[in-house]
Amino acid sequence: MNILVIIKMAPDLVEELSIDASGTALDTQWLRLLPNEFDEFALEQAILLKERVGANVTVVAPQADGIEDALFTAAAKGADHLIELTGEPENLNNHALARAIAALIPALQPTLVLTGVQAHNDLDGQSGALLAGLLDWPYVGYVSGVQIVERKAHVRKEYPGGLLAEIEVDLPAVLGIQASDEPPRYVAFSKVRQAMQSATIEKRDIGVLNCSGGTVISRMFQPEAKGHAKMLTGDTQEVVARLVEILQTSGAV
Amino acid sequence: MTATYLETLSAGQTFWRNLAEIPNSDRFRMCIQCGTCSGICPFGKWLEYTPRKTLAALRMDEFEEVLQSNSIWMCVACAACTAACPQQIPTLDLMTRLKEELLLTGNVPAELQLALENSRRYGNPMGESPKKRADWTTRLDTPVPILGKDARSVDVLWYVGDFASYHPEGQSAARAMVKVFQALGVDFGILGPDEVSDGDSQRLAGERGLFEWLAIRNGAQFTRRHFNLIVTTDPHAYNAIKNQYPALDICYPVQHYTEFLYERLDQLQPLLTHEIEAAVAYHDPCYLGRVNHIYEQPRALLKAIPGVRLIELSHQRDNSLCCGGGGGGMWLDGFQWEKAHSRLSEWRIRETVAIKPLEDFLSVVRTLMTKPKSNGKSSLPDTTILAVACPYEKPRFSDAAKVIAPDKGIQVLDIAELLAKAIA
Repeated sequence: MNILVIIKMAPDLVEELSIDASGTALDTQWLRLLPNEFDEFALEQAILLKERVGANVTVVAPQADGIEDALFTAAAKGADHLIELTGEPENLNNHALARAIAALIPALQPTLVLTGVQAHNDLDGQSGALLAGLLDWPYVGYVSGVQIVERKAHVRKEYPGGLLAEIEVDLPAVLGIQASDEPPRYVAFSKVRQAMQSATIEKRDIGVLNCSGGTVISRMFQPEAKGHAKMLTGDTQEVVARLVEILQTSGAV
Repeated sequence: MTATYLETLSAGQTFWRNLAEIPNSDRFRMCIQCGTCSGICPFGKWLEYTPRKTLAALRMDEFEEVLQSNSIWMCVACAACTAACPQQIPTLDLMTRLKEELLLTGNVPAELQLALENSRRYGNPMGESPKKRADWTTRLDTPVPILGKDARSVDVLWYVGDFASYHPEGQSAARAMVKVFQALGVDFGILGPDEVSDGDSQRLAGERGLFEWLAIRNGAQFTRRHFNLIVTTDPHAYNAIKNQYPALDICYPVQHYTEFLYERLDQLQPLLTHEIEAAVAYHDPCYLGRVNHIYEQPRALLKAIPGVRLIELSHQRDNSLCCGGGGGGMWLDGFQWEKAHSRLSEWRIRETVAIKPLEDFLSVVRTLMTKPKSNGKSSLPDTTILAVACPYEKPRFSDAAKVIAPDKGIQVLDIAELLAKAIA
């Protein structure tokens, strides 16, 4: 079985984000990127399936700062084949990414495509759903566990209200992973360094991007305060009296 | 294909072969199975494979069972077993190697995993922004020099460390240290955002590769600055730079701040004019005391503060009780609590509480035997201060005091904070 895992880098929210001069995008100059958290769960699910039923795991990722480290880490965890998409990744939206991946499918022949169900910088929908649409394959999103049973995928999906569904999916299929059966494993730094020595990253030029169908951002901005909290001042008696008055006049009590 | 000799070895035999890389590894064969290591281990009750049992399992070639147990993560790398071993077996190295082995198999508690991943991603285990590493200096009246990569030379490069840089309790001690340095006129600077974790606790948690990577990053920054001496407020950084970095060709003279200040005590003492009337118990940090044998300098600094009555805890010096933060313990609180339902830091606070009635009694006796003070102040202290010299300890003991002795008047302060309070 061939499993294709799509990963991408997303802005690291540990750093404060700023808007660039155009006012329509993040300023990437000081932007720190990290692997999209949901994609890490997708990778873990693929490695778990490889360990359980045997599979050849290919990880594909668009070029970005830090992507080589993410790919070598994937190799250290057990991925067999690493592909970095080169071209114009800075303009990449999910529509273009899905088209670029769809073009690779005939060559890679995956039985199952796993990707993070979402990323916090997704602006134009979920890449997994878009890819499945292009391929006309089944898609299940927000998956939190996958088993392979008699050439079909049995996937677990949580619904609001405490409902859990188990869904049988014909293969090939695309799954948007919310969580893997086990949390993403730790891979020792020495193993990543070994992977850097032994694994190779295949570069594939995705050429001119087709970003059509995506969103057009008219303005990107930090949240703007529309009002401010009013601080009550004075001694405790005054503050309490004022608070009671406010609650009464507002109809709260 | 014929298997090579190495491929025919069991996991235990391979582990045994690899132990040979450790200095004094010949002593592993000398274990007399006396159980001293098990007895002195503060978490020995919950450690399924103590050094004694691990060595026994290796002798029996039953190492697979050792690898299946995750109780090794109860080991806080306090080195009590090594200090007490009658055969001088490097038991701490044995436990660290065992952690390395488990880490390679992915048998890592989630809390520790996050800290290790953060260390790799951000250069600190907390997952804080590396750019904000020197933000603790912004609230100071006098700016702390952040050494650029220019040719500016200073006498002292202060390696601040993770917890002093990011944790509020550690930051408070770091700001106090600035006051002490400035009072002494020390020509110092810090690396600021170019500093990364010293890596010692990651190493002791079994992540040797990550430790080396962090050490090399720090080493690269050291080579770009001009200084005479590294001073650090963190015993783990001290241990790493002194004992571990040289193996990576990162060789610099380093002192813990208590050593550095002790050498300048003649200059410091006249500056200590504010009286701190309190019973002060000193907690020996494992990696300052037991591992690096610095016992007297911190005590001398405390005794130099007017009003301080230094008292000794029941576990002290080479028998000191670990705060529980070493060997990855800072990042294993949930895991260890699940197993032990107890924290070593709480044990230490109980010891501190236990000495207070005796100290209060002695204090009253002293007051009766001496002339009452003219200002009418009682010499009976309301608080007992637990003095520490490691940035791991202040948050651990402060939290423990809040949990188990909120009404006992236990105050946890770094020695640097006490010195800063005593400086006018």
